[in-house]
Amino acid sequence: MSTTPLDRVVIRFAGDSGDGMQLTGDRFTADAAAIGNDFATLPNFPAEIRAPQGTIAGVSSFQLHFAGDDILTPGDRPDVLVAMNPASLKANISDLRRDGLLIVDIHDFTKRNLAKVGYDSDPLTDGTLEDHELHAVDLTGLSVAAVAEFGLGRKDAARSKNMVALGVLTWLYSRPLEATIEFLEKKFAAQPAIRDANRAAYLAGYHYGETTEDFTVRYEVKPAPLAPGTYRQITGNRAMALGLMAGAATANLPLFLGAYPITPASDVLHELSRHKNHGVLTFQAEDEIAAIGAALGASYAGHLGVTVTSGPGMALKSEFISLALMLEQPLVIVDVQRAGPSTGMPTKTEQADLLQSFFGRHGEAPAPILAARSAGDCFDVAVEATRIALTYRTPVIVLSDGYLANGSEPWSVPDIAALPAIDANFATAPNTPDGRFLPYLRDENLARSLAVPGTPGLENRIGGIEKADGTGNVSYDPANHEHMVKLRQAKVDGIARSIPDLVVDDPSGEADVLVIGWGSTWGPIGATARRVRRQGRRVATVHLRHLNPFPSNLGDVLRRYNRVIAPEMNLGQLALLLRAKYLVDVESYSRVRGLPISPSEFEADLTAIIDGKDTP
Amino acid sequence: MTATHPSPGLARVPLSLTPTNRKEFVSDQEVRWCPGCGDYAVLAAFQTLMPKLGIRRENTVIVSGIGCSSRFPYYMDTYGLHSIHGRAPSIATGLALTRPDLAVWVVTGDGDALSIGGNHLIHALRRNTNITILLFNNRIYGLTKGQPSPTSETGMVTKSSPIGSVDHPFNPVKLALGAEATFVARSLDSDRAHLTDVMTRAVQHRGASLVEIYQNCPIFNDGVFDGLKEPDSPAIIPLRHGEPIVFAGGTRTVVRDPDSGRLSVVAAGAVGERQVVIHDEASDDVAQAMAVASLTDTHGLTQSPIGIFRAVDRPVHDDEARAQVHMPTAENRIRDLQSLVTGHDTWSTPATPTAHPEELHRGLTT
Repeated sequence: MSTTPLDRVVIRFAGDSGDGMQLTGDRFTADAAAIGNDFATLPNFPAEIRAPQGTIAGVSSFQLHFAGDDILTPGDRPDVLVAMNPASLKANISDLRRDGLLIVDIHDFTKRNLAKVGYDSDPLTDGTLEDHELHAVDLTGLSVAAVAEFGLGRKDAARSKNMVALGVLTWLYSRPLEATIEFLEKKFAAQPAIRDANRAAYLAGYHYGETTEDFTVRYEVKPAPLAPGTYRQITGNRAMALGLMAGAATANLPLFLGAYPITPASDVLHELSRHKNHGVLTFQAEDEIAAIGAALGASYAGHLGVTVTSGPGMALKSEFISLALMLEQPLVIVDVQRAGPSTGMPTKTEQADLLQSFFGRHGEAPAPILAARSAGDCFDVAVEATRIALTYRTPVIVLSDGYLANGSEPWSVPDIAALPAIDANFATAPNTPDGRFLPYLRDENLARSLAVPGTPGLENRIGGIEKADGTGNVSYDPANHEHMVKLRQAKVDGIARSIPDLVVDDPSGEADVLVIGWGSTWGPIGATARRVRRQGRRVATVHLRHLNPFPSNLGDVLRRYNRVIAPEMNLGQLALLLRAKYLVDVESYSRVRGLPISPSEFEADLTAIIDGKDTP
Repeated sequence: MTATHPSPGLARVPLSLTPTNRKEFVSDQEVRWCPGCGDYAVLAAFQTLMPKLGIRRENTVIVSGIGCSSRFPYYMDTYGLHSIHGRAPSIATGLALTRPDLAVWVVTGDGDALSIGGNHLIHALRRNTNITILLFNNRIYGLTKGQPSPTSETGMVTKSSPIGSVDHPFNPVKLALGAEATFVARSLDSDRAHLTDVMTRAVQHRGASLVEIYQNCPIFNDGVFDGLKEPDSPAIIPLRHGEPIVFAGGTRTVVRDPDSGRLSVVAAGAVGERQVVIHDEASDDVAQAMAVASLTDTHGLTQSPIGIFRAVDRPVHDDEARAQVHMPTAENRIRDLQSLVTGHDTWSTPATPTAHPEELHRGLTT
């Protein structure tokens, strides 16, 4: 048996939503991490917890791209597809690359199941799969046989088929067995029968690979030479939670999260709820409105107030965001975007809440907006949001999305003690020469004086009614209102002074076309740019973390290029903003399919654009 | 160690070192309610009550929503937050959860608390968060100029109900009891002594307290409570813990039917076989308080119990939530967080002299 070295592999595990595909993918990812591969993942699952069995609607998949070098996306066309039933084969086969490796569990390929998903004949035998390297294996049968001795019912015995599949791939990609066995022992410590069954099924899969003559080649993907450092695997939602904790710790404030369960943001609530021994107080409120209300109350009480949600929850929170803007009270609002409008596709990704974040409020209500570009970047963005919220006394909107939330990547572990300190700078003494405390006196950043209840002598009243500059007393004076509206805008605009200038990535220094992105399109844009440059073409890229305000040099950057392309998972929301603000003819490249933009598709389109051969 | 208030409700709120007086609690803002508004009387009672509590002024926070009564915080020289319509209980919950050293008051009205904010009210009561809610019930939307509220009587003619309102009114006390609130009371703007007593009991209760205050709106619903304002009014059923429920100068009493358990009002001389009800605010069984609350005529107010319906102890939401949380020392906090951020499954890439990241990118496809 020979072992063939590979630079990179894209594997997709696909099965019924009860088949354990997410767990299987997670385990294989953890092994890739342990070996030191670079990786990126794309979990893709239905919103229904248990959709009807064996249907296309119930297919859940997990795609993992792992490599011996640096990668940016989970890949678009898998090299390997593991299909656990006819529905998952049907739903995914068109993506598998020509000559790709196809492992199918034949157990469910009955006439009835085939008919259920619209197969007229059995694809395993009718020749339609001959472009691929097909391995038809009775994974379920192997599972049942392997666990026979543990006295499980038939249904439970068959359930370990995902572990059989994982075992086969572990063998095929020359992975060590120990980490997964250790994982199973820990996870099922309280259920010895289940633990032993999973272990046996996993080993059965491994040994099947080893003994069968079905596979003629084994593969190996070497560790990736990532920049020196300590790495771990991280998802966006976990990085967001840790970043919020780090922001609060850096500001020396307790962290309070008010949240209401919503896909795909709930894991941030779950993660933070586990860390009460780090001083984190989480509150699951009765609705989205109360969640932000409690966070605002906690902020007023002197904590770092945070709420996390997704698009529909953002809509419900908008009145409270306006109140926080009017009060000029620090608050962090995380929107893990999903495909909308309305319920939309809750488990699918999108970045169509940008304009909602900008304008989805009544009155002139400017809020700073940040967006994370990768799973690990959610950490840095959360810390930055904390800095802005506390320094400028303002609610800050943080945009993540479903792809970042659930996807994982290697993450260079940050040094918490080295993070720059954030000063909440609460008032402790009167701020006028005559010994009064005026809550709307401002510092050089236009940030107001903020006194926390319990501070003697600084008692004050704040509220949603327009307030007189300085005193904060109720004011209906026309000139004062105009002054305050402009002041609140100027304060947010002034944040740009604390934001570093954009740095354009253009290795040639001579590109005519600039690709500008924000949020999770960072991976696909970067990957596409590499491909295009490898062909010998020139392209410049720049990516926005700060969306409101924009970095100060953005206008100059945009005007330097003949063409500016903005790829977005929406209908051109950033493009609209850039055109309005800078009068530059930014062209939108729009894909709204609930999936990240495909680098191979974008590569072809961007090549045409650079060559001037694109048709409008 | 700072001395704190002896009552459970304010157990962690520090006492003032020097006595405070009413004037210190009056803010410099001009009060802008209509002349004759019942809110003035409640504000006056409240300002008198505050120095008697003896807690530090800076440790009092008043949160309000939107409506006439919600202007209340502006007139008190404490910490105050005038928020948005119906949402004050949610803000107060965040405050109570994070700061047990604060006395947290919610000032709200019938529209604010029972209509737009109904959800927050019932959940604050259900959780039993340590806040005190003063619900000013004038049975009308005042600030928006006179539309029927969730407590207005059926048939009320207003600009938005020109042929008469077809809505059935809430009984706020029953709503609170339905949410198993641990402290529920009703008082009157015009009865300063009673109102002061009830508010004092409410704030000293640990958990969520709701005080419904019948409050006259002289502009849009004038006189709606007049039947309750005469001394010894036959419409008022005074509730006194441990005493028989007797009213109208001793001429009427509340009895329980031994078969159905229902309460009804009878002439004092006509009790017969039936049992005169002894008011028990501390009963574990919410049904007792609910039955007493049902004596309220929510339409015409020809009859209404006044006093404390229920005052029982139940685990307090914010106490329980804080008990689960442990904040490490500042130094340990960074150390613990570093360990959490690092996690258990890490791998290290050593520094290699050749591997410049940009070089690694070259020649790659994805």
